[in-house]
Amino acid sequence: MEWETVIGLEIHAQLLTNSKIFSGASTAFGAEPNTQACAVDLGFPGVLPVLNQEAVRMAVKFGLGVGAEITKKSVFARKNYFYPDLPKGYQISQFELPIVGKGHIDVQQEDGSLQRVNITRAHLEEDAGKSLHEDFHGQTGIDLNRAGTPLLEIVSEPDMRSAKEAVAYLKAIHSLVRYLEICDGNMQEGSFRCDANVSVRRKGDKLGTRAELKNINSFRFVERAINYEVERQIALIEGGGKVAQETRLYDPTKNETRSMRSKEEANDYRYFPDPDLLPLVVTDELIANIRQDLPELPHQKRERFMKQYNLSAYDADVLVSSRALAMYFETVVQESKAQPKLATNWIMGELSAALNKDNLEITASPVSTTQLATLLQRIEDNTISGKIAKTIFESLWNKEGEVDEIIEKKGLKQVTDTGAIEALIDKIIADNPDNVAAYRAGKEKLFGFFVGQAMKASGGKTNPQQLNELLKKKLADN
Amino acid sequence: MHKTIAELSNDLHAKKISSVELTQQFLERIKKLDKTLNSFITVTEEIALQDAKTADAQLAKGQASPLTGIPFAQKDIFCTQGSKTSCGSKMLDNFISPYDATVIKNFKKAGTVLLGKTNMDEFAMGSSNETSFYGPVKNPWNTDMVPGGSSGGSAAAVAAYLAPGATGTDTGGSIRQPAALCGISGLKPTYGRVSRYGMIAFASSLDQGGPFAKTAEDLALMMNVMAGFDERDSTSVDHPVPDYTATLNDSIQGLRIGLPKEYFGEGLESNVAKVIEAAIKEYEKLGATIHEVSLPNTTLSIPAYYVIAPAECSSNLARYDGVRFGHRCKDPIDLEDLYKRSRSEGFGSEVTRRIMVGTYALSAGYYDAYYLKAQKIRGLIRRDFIDAFKNVDVLMGPTTPSTAFKIGEKTNDPISMYLSDIYTIAINLAGLPAMSIPAGFVNKLPVGLQLIGNMFTEARLLNIAHSFQTATDWHTHTPEGF
Amino acid sequence: MSLTAADVKKIAHLARLTMSEADINRYTEQLSKIIGFVEQMNQADTTNIEPIAHSLDLSQRLRNDIVSETDQRAAFQAIAPQVEAGLYLVPQVIEGE
Repeated sequence: MEWETVIGLEIHAQLLTNSKIFSGASTAFGAEPNTQACAVDLGFPGVLPVLNQEAVRMAVKFGLGVGAEITKKSVFARKNYFYPDLPKGYQISQFELPIVGKGHIDVQQEDGSLQRVNITRAHLEEDAGKSLHEDFHGQTGIDLNRAGTPLLEIVSEPDMRSAKEAVAYLKAIHSLVRYLEICDGNMQEGSFRCDANVSVRRKGDKLGTRAELKNINSFRFVERAINYEVERQIALIEGGGKVAQETRLYDPTKNETRSMRSKEEANDYRYFPDPDLLPLVVTDELIANIRQDLPELPHQKRERFMKQYNLSAYDADVLVSSRALAMYFETVVQESKAQPKLATNWIMGELSAALNKDNLEITASPVSTTQLATLLQRIEDNTISGKIAKTIFESLWNKEGEVDEIIEKKGLKQVTDTGAIEALIDKIIADNPDNVAAYRAGKEKLFGFFVGQAMKASGGKTNPQQLNELLKKKLADN
Repeated sequence: MHKTIAELSNDLHAKKISSVELTQQFLERIKKLDKTLNSFITVTEEIALQDAKTADAQLAKGQASPLTGIPFAQKDIFCTQGSKTSCGSKMLDNFISPYDATVIKNFKKAGTVLLGKTNMDEFAMGSSNETSFYGPVKNPWNTDMVPGGSSGGSAAAVAAYLAPGATGTDTGGSIRQPAALCGISGLKPTYGRVSRYGMIAFASSLDQGGPFAKTAEDLALMMNVMAGFDERDSTSVDHPVPDYTATLNDSIQGLRIGLPKEYFGEGLESNVAKVIEAAIKEYEKLGATIHEVSLPNTTLSIPAYYVIAPAECSSNLARYDGVRFGHRCKDPIDLEDLYKRSRSEGFGSEVTRRIMVGTYALSAGYYDAYYLKAQKIRGLIRRDFIDAFKNVDVLMGPTTPSTAFKIGEKTNDPISMYLSDIYTIAINLAGLPAMSIPAGFVNKLPVGLQLIGNMFTEARLLNIAHSFQTATDWHTHTPEGF
Repeated sequence: MSLTAADVKKIAHLARLTMSEADINRYTEQLSKIIGFVEQMNQADTTNIEPIAHSLDLSQRLRNDIVSETDQRAAFQAIAPQVEAGLYLVPQVIEGE
């Protein structure tokens, strides 16, 4: 029998508010320990939570982005458990009535097809602090700066069937939250995190027991952790064992998952409505207001790009993966009037490679949209060849000046004068009588040799189409 | 007779006495008399004298408010910046609050003097003040008796005139019951009327702070300072605050008083019943009409309360873990040991009992049978009151079924202690305002008359109470020796 | 309904309270009584009755997203049982505990 993998993800996205979800302390990352934990965040006796309206707006924004129902009257509940990074002994979360109900997102797969992943719910909650395990005389240090940072927990249905699908879904949500400007998506700093529920079953069987994988804080780790876990579960069952319902921690250095809590110690969270917080009401007016301000979403943009610019699904998907990248692309196309495909190739090729190499975001690109647009214009109007353009791109990257300036200064203008090209060809024909004879005798592969010689002689500046035509003509003469 | 807050205010404004002099008088009374009563946990003498000096300066400049320079005692459940806030618990015996509760801020803004922090049942859990880590408070009317709880220290201090007024909190009767047992006036406002910020939580959906004083007029003066919207408490209601003194003398001619028949049945001591009946007669003389009403789910209020309050408390008290403040056990061997020993050493037996009950009621498999059921009964109880107020303006009855009981009498029987709150608990479940005022005596122990109003009708309640106090003198009696 | 000693142990652990055998026996008896007492609630017919968590029939008030709190670490940690380098210290937490 064939095995089938079943995966659901729980994504925690830190919301980009200035202040915490229930207090007026700052959410900025990287402050000295406990300097951004106010009395409310520390759970001092007598303090009370007051909800940040921006967190509510952002949750609604997300809900609309995944076509979900917004719960008109949602409820905050307390999740009770003891842990040193949880100051009050409970986390304020949402349980029975989350702010965002059922929704979905269409995720582009590697083969270009779309797969719908259903979203069960998304709810608001507060983040916990951090335990620092460096040794303080055998003790652990607790930093509560992160405690109370607003989180949106996005829970999917177990709709994914492979680690690859899970990563594609995770990327789609990652892109969406950044489009909506509700989360910076920084996985290293932990502002976008994910737990995976993984189980296996024989095709046609009912759902198997799932393990919850934690600490998978990069796209790569998500794929590896799931693959490891799937193999572990299959081997376990085939060996006559049973999968335990448990939480497992992914260890990226060993590439394995290991058990965190055993079943018998399973926590009893004793959820109940938080008596400090009345029901949260979201009005139709607020929803309409937020809907109006919604940007074009990745899937809408992808469809438009495919139609409007005649791009392949793959190209469109890459370009819309970030709002800034998509905007860069559109600006270049509009400014240059160049073929969209040419712009796509340059952005996904040279530019992306250069950005990756220097570890830069598109917004920090040294080559501006205007510069790239001019460069593409010069290719299209035959001022320069594509090859020369790469040299110019390098100069632009190094801030050596503007496109036309560089062409001028370095004398990179393409040779388009037929007479000059013919003279060049005549000389090559004269210098290589044996090769000419062989070519004319039917060894057509030698054509490339002549092109190479001509390019070499002209410093790459000869217009390739012209060269090809003239060369063919001259070689065919006689 | 001892002077009321209103009278002291006149004296201060007329410069008959300075705030420093007045404060010293009260500090001396506390020194002399509180050894017997144990009504204070902390006396903040230095702060008091400093506050008094500031108040005198304001009085001299003519910038004083009605309460400027008046000394008050604050229940030790309200956080006071820079001084100990213990909540009656060993857990917080070392807790110097780094911030002020909103109520404390409001008293400061009004220019009042902080005399000290009063004794209370541990984390406000108790009806007799016997669960305090700092020992029981004695009832000034008979020091063998309890003062009631949980705000027993505040009630005893006001009854013994160690302070002209004090604050309390009321989760199931903790203002009204000690006011009744100590023969003073006390008001539990509508839930949401007084900010809970900085008031250490017991059961968040029921807790409400309020004032104690000799008279309804004094309560009105205190409410003018305490009541109001607070942006730090999202359950505080943004509803205009009237001048509670403005309507004190309104006529109560034609007032419709409802007597819930369940408040006069089995369990009510006959002598107490007589006192209450006499008080009702007095109201009839003042022009009120009497109507029988029914609150059929009254008996269910106690079991529902003893699920809801412990459930909320089990969660509210989880923050006492020995990590950031409060008691921490010596040399914990691991995290679990730190939690378990710190908490077990820090909490007394009643608090432990309620945390256990609450944890059980919320745990997997029992939530629906206990917590959810209790919430539904809360719905029934609220409906009872809504129905009752369709035909009457105010409800009246006894505050407690009997007068003060002996210290130690009920400590081994939690349920009989719980039952003594039969007439007060439902009001918290419904969120209504209610008060207790002195109505007479049985065997030299005071009896309280309870007045229950509809949501946000504190001004009317104070008016109704003031009318009674204009016609009677029960509120002027003082315990012998104080 | 009466509770068993095992129930009481489980609850005590959930609430992070330490209990001696004597405590467990005492609480088993007391809690059974209290739980038995609160089961009077079953007398009430609550069919079609909405449970209420709050006496106020209002919705939640929200605050503006403004940073209003300043660093008060020194004051807050002055009353902490054990701190070092600005961190609260606890016995070593074994990851995944």
